[in-house]
Amino acid sequence: MLRYIVRRLLQLIPTLLGLSVILFIWLHRLPGGPETAILGERGTDETRAKLRHDLGLDEPLWIQYFRFMRRMITGNLGTSISTHRPVVTEFAERFPGTVELTVSALIIAIGLGIPLGYLAARRRGSIVDHGSVAGSLLGICVPIFVLAYLVKEVFAVKLGWFPAAGRQDVTIDATRVTNFYVLDGMLTGEWDAAADALKHLVLPAFTLATIPLAIIIRMTRASVLEVLGEDYVRTAEAKGLTERVVRRRHVLRNALLPIVTTIGLLTGGLLSGAVLTETVYSFTGIGQFIAESIDRRDYPVLMGFIMFVAVIYVTVNLLVDISYGLIDPRVRVR
Amino acid sequence: MTDLTPMLPAPEPRPAEPDSQTPTASLAGLTPKARRQRLDRLAELAAVHAEEKGRSLWAEAFRRLRRNPAAVAGTVVLLLFVLVALIGPLFVPYDPTSTAWADQVKEGQNIIPGPSAQHWFGLDHNGRDEFSRVIVGARQTLLVGVVATALGLIVGCLLGGLAGSAYGLGGRAGRRIDNVVMRVIDMLLAMPSLLLAVSIAALLGPSLTTVMIAIGVISVPVFARLLRGSMLAQANSEYVTAATALGVRRWRIALVHVLPNSLGPVLVQATLTLATAIIEAAALSFLGLGNPDPAVPEWGVMLTDALTRLEVAPRLTIYPAVGIIITAFGFTLLGEALREALDPKLRR
Repeated sequence: MLRYIVRRLLQLIPTLLGLSVILFIWLHRLPGGPETAILGERGTDETRAKLRHDLGLDEPLWIQYFRFMRRMITGNLGTSISTHRPVVTEFAERFPGTVELTVSALIIAIGLGIPLGYLAARRRGSIVDHGSVAGSLLGICVPIFVLAYLVKEVFAVKLGWFPAAGRQDVTIDATRVTNFYVLDGMLTGEWDAAADALKHLVLPAFTLATIPLAIIIRMTRASVLEVLGEDYVRTAEAKGLTERVVRRRHVLRNALLPIVTTIGLLTGGLLSGAVLTETVYSFTGIGQFIAESIDRRDYPVLMGFIMFVAVIYVTVNLLVDISYGLIDPRVRVR
Repeated sequence: MTDLTPMLPAPEPRPAEPDSQTPTASLAGLTPKARRQRLDRLAELAAVHAEEKGRSLWAEAFRRLRRNPAAVAGTVVLLLFVLVALIGPLFVPYDPTSTAWADQVKEGQNIIPGPSAQHWFGLDHNGRDEFSRVIVGARQTLLVGVVATALGLIVGCLLGGLAGSAYGLGGRAGRRIDNVVMRVIDMLLAMPSLLLAVSIAALLGPSLTTVMIAIGVISVPVFARLLRGSMLAQANSEYVTAATALGVRRWRIALVHVLPNSLGPVLVQATLTLATAIIEAAALSFLGLGNPDPAVPEWGVMLTDALTRLEVAPRLTIYPAVGIIITAFGFTLLGEALREALDPKLRR
């Protein structure tokens, strides 16, 4: 098992290195370099050239790349050109918000998706089945930012049940420990702060959860349907085992592999969706920051973020592969 | 192929011979009449065989599609959409770019006139006829979806086909080609699709062409992986061994034998990609990377403009949103039905 993990980790290195080279060249070819973004239209050729020199942008690309890689290996992603703060600091402040959002969305999607998908498969052809299949097909067809606006309009503006923007009420002066606002509130015992942060999470999280939910429902349904047709399920039922035991030991356990794979593949989509959701809800996460950084051609931030996301994505999928062994002992033998 | 019995004609009155179980049993020692009967029987079997061969995977899939209500519904929606997109703009009541009624719109007082006999869908925030804009916008949306998907499909299939046939048929050198191509594909896959599209759009500057290219590029790795996987699965099948044994050239096996049998999943994905392409295009418009010319009606841009006026005129959001959702839904329904129809596990 350990050898397998090490081998998989080694395989990641060429992929990530190649990605870093492509991205580096790509981002530096974007028209209108950062000096235009900083100086605007006012800058003269002279001030522009000086700024480029100060930022090290006038050196050969490969030197810039090696400098970037040397820094990155030591955990330094450089300084943001627009905010003049270390990229790592910016991420540390904003990334917890995105993690809170995506993890809540994933919990909602898994918590609702697997039971619904199971029920749809178990009662194939019933209203529950047709309803969840049609609903999930429709769910992936709604542009997420439209849904975000509509949900915000109805539940925040019209009904006023939940706050419309931000991660926490500005009047609350909460102590920051990890920048995970909900966790911070719980750690410091500021329960009202945690509850408020949680309330701010509800609408964005449900919005972001729709597409993963739709995908998980359909995947679960298909996978459970396949397992339900197996002889061992019929045998288990014939033995007189209760529905609960059959469901947990025989059906779900065997149906889980493809579902877990799907969940791993959802990570990228969730991060893309977070960019849109955070923009609509003015949720100060990393997605919103990235949307701004694209405008400003903030290379260190973009570069750091994309590498960061790529590392997360491959790590999550590595974890998914490892979890196969935990779910299905047969995989371990091989 | 395995079970021909249901297609056999009703058994004829048997001759007296005891060994009449199979028509291929020895013909020796039979009466001329019995021999004739047995030969007829063989001929019938051969004929059934030919008929069976005529039922290809595609004909079978088409037959099943026709019987699937979801597929029929999806097709009807899409035909309507394509019809509106193609000939609708010829029949719209007004020029979609004309701001002739701008004096009726008072944004400061939150007045945007709603539906009337003259303007079926009312006016938009610039005093243009919303109905005409929705109809003409359908054409732009169709164009973006089709061009983006075609781009992803062609490039993805070239890469995936190259990797798949190299790995499946090319021996050691082929495996190396496959490895290089797939590493590149993996890099593309490791990036969140929207972010990739955004960086492409930023590189090329905002325009409708940019949107098409960006969305096409993000679907390249998906098509490539699918076609490669599907071709690899086919490369080990018996007909490839047979063709190799017959001395058919490798490129011919790849193109004529393996490729057509591997296209099913790719076709399904293309239908589904048409749906996501339309949605992603709207998302890029929302992030400000879509068509910068606000005069040209396009559902994504219309939606983005309307969302900021959701309080004043929710209908301006609803029209393009419903258009996008229904179109994407049509493609999704058809794609899912196609997937079911082509699934060999479900063949009957």
